Amino acid sequence: MYKRTVLIAFNTIVIKEVTRFSRIWMQTILPPTIAMALYFVIFGSLIGPRIGTMNGFNYIEFIAPGLIMMAIINNSYGNVVSSFFGAKFQNHIEEMLVAPIPNIVILAGFVTGGVARGILVGIVVTLVALFFTKLNLHSFSITIAIVLLTSIAFSLAGLINAIFAEKFDDIAIIPTFVLTPLIYLGGVFYSIDMLPEFWQKVSAFNPILYMVNTFRYGMLGESDINIFYAFAILIIFILILFFISLHLLNKGTGIKN
Amino acid sequence: MTALEINNLTKIYPNKLIALNSINLNVNQGDFFALLGPNGAGKSTAIGIICDLTKKTSGSVKIFGHCIDENNDAAKSCIGIVPQEINFSLFETCLEIVVNQGGFYGIKRSHATKRAEKYLRKLNLWEKRNERSRNLSGGMKRRLMIARALVHEPKMLILDEPTAGVDVELRRSMWDFLIDINQQGVTIVLTTHYLEEAESLCKNIAIINHGKIVENTSMKKLLSKLNKETFIFDLNNPIKELPNLDNYNLKLIDTTTIEVEIDRERNINKLFEILTKKNIHITSMRNKTSRLEELFLKLLNNKD
Repeated sequence: MYKRTVLIAFNTIVIKEVTRFSRIWMQTILPPTIAMALYFVIFGSLIGPRIGTMNGFNYIEFIAPGLIMMAIINNSYGNVVSSFFGAKFQNHIEEMLVAPIPNIVILAGFVTGGVARGILVGIVVTLVALFFTKLNLHSFSITIAIVLLTSIAFSLAGLINAIFAEKFDDIAIIPTFVLTPLIYLGGVFYSIDMLPEFWQKVSAFNPILYMVNTFRYGMLGESDINIFYAFAILIIFILILFFISLHLLNKGTGIKN
Repeated sequence: MTALEINNLTKIYPNKLIALNSINLNVNQGDFFALLGPNGAGKSTAIGIICDLTKKTSGSVKIFGHCIDENNDAAKSCIGIVPQEINFSLFETCLEIVVNQGGFYGIKRSHATKRAEKYLRKLNLWEKRNERSRNLSGGMKRRLMIARALVHEPKMLILDEPTAGVDVELRRSMWDFLIDINQQGVTIVLTTHYLEEAESLCKNIAIINHGKIVENTSMKKLLSKLNKETFIFDLNNPIKELPNLDNYNLKLIDTTTIEVEIDRERNINKLFEILTKKNIHITSMRNKTSRLEELFLKLLNNKD
């Protein structure tokens, strides 16, 4: 009985979240699609042929997995941070707080919403990429696993950002000053083998490098890093973020007086 | 059975503000209970703690015997809350808001939709079910919060100033609705600044000031403490000056209106007789202020 109640509550949060980002598709689905189409046009079709090959692939083939992953990261993070902060800002997070929903279910509901948007945008961007280049699929299971784990990790990170955020500026700071530089420096547009040894070592501390390269491995069968090492790092990353966000929800940080 | 049992409840905010100072309160099942107090007295803090939106510093709260610390889910299932501020998503439709709330309480979507229809119809919002909530008027938003609070059919409904900013006609219809659900067995705890509302609806009352309960009794007993009442008499014919009546404190407001302060023990019929003999005829009379309002101000001033 209790499990059924909790499951209904979880489904309700997921339906609410998916309805929210679907209702505002002009703000949530369309912009990343246009942005990625521009990346493919500029970096893939216009500049790409002049660059030649990278790690044995056409430049557009090389950057396509990174661009798809970039869209997944930005959208899973962006969905949870804006939705949870919006719920706090308009006080309708109280609808969940007064109900008998365990905090872990609230957390799972928001994260699932973030994963859903990340994957949906990922699929749309993949379809856009097919207009510009052929896409390989070296390993279906690795590709799916890395997409899921990455979107879970960034949904959790978005949740923590939203819990601490007190004003709209606070939900823009991390994506602008942390997430974007890490993504651009995470091997989306280049192989880290091109970097001097020092910067290769610095890049090893960038978690996004592991996600982009593992996804690229899933599609192209080629990676700058060991993918088992990448999965281990990502799972540890998720566990840390999960326990931090659950602790914050249990403590009522940012949501209870 | 006791619907709400509060023992030594204290809330001290991080800035050292003592919002609640060891309050004790019991509300019986089926009661229509008024929790009154001036702004900042601690009413909303108490409600926040009962509904798990505010963390208490110490003390205990039981809802239908379920302690909020040990059996939080069972306690929460018994309560429906209508907060002071609008707290639903302004982009969702009325139906979505009520159905989703049912889902948060574990009610299947198909069942929650039926319940939502029932309460939206009762509160005259069914026609607006597909309207985004931000397009509703202030009164409709308040009614939507009541429908949302009732979707899981709680045993106790807590309303924090539900009629604030609502026009008179709508306020009266909300009163009728609340009386109806109270008669069906739902315990109601109401905070309001309209003391006339509390006086006409509530059976029992607690007055809170500076985080302490200064009065907790039945409405009848409280009103019986009022030893003087001030009435306004409207006169049939204008008068230039007041007759000299030693035992009554009369004041001429204008040529056709007089104000009379009467001790509770004194017979008001006697005054009518005297005035009639002096050819002063009264067409209507009313209390100058609500009786509860007079007592309320007195209690707050005495205990300050």
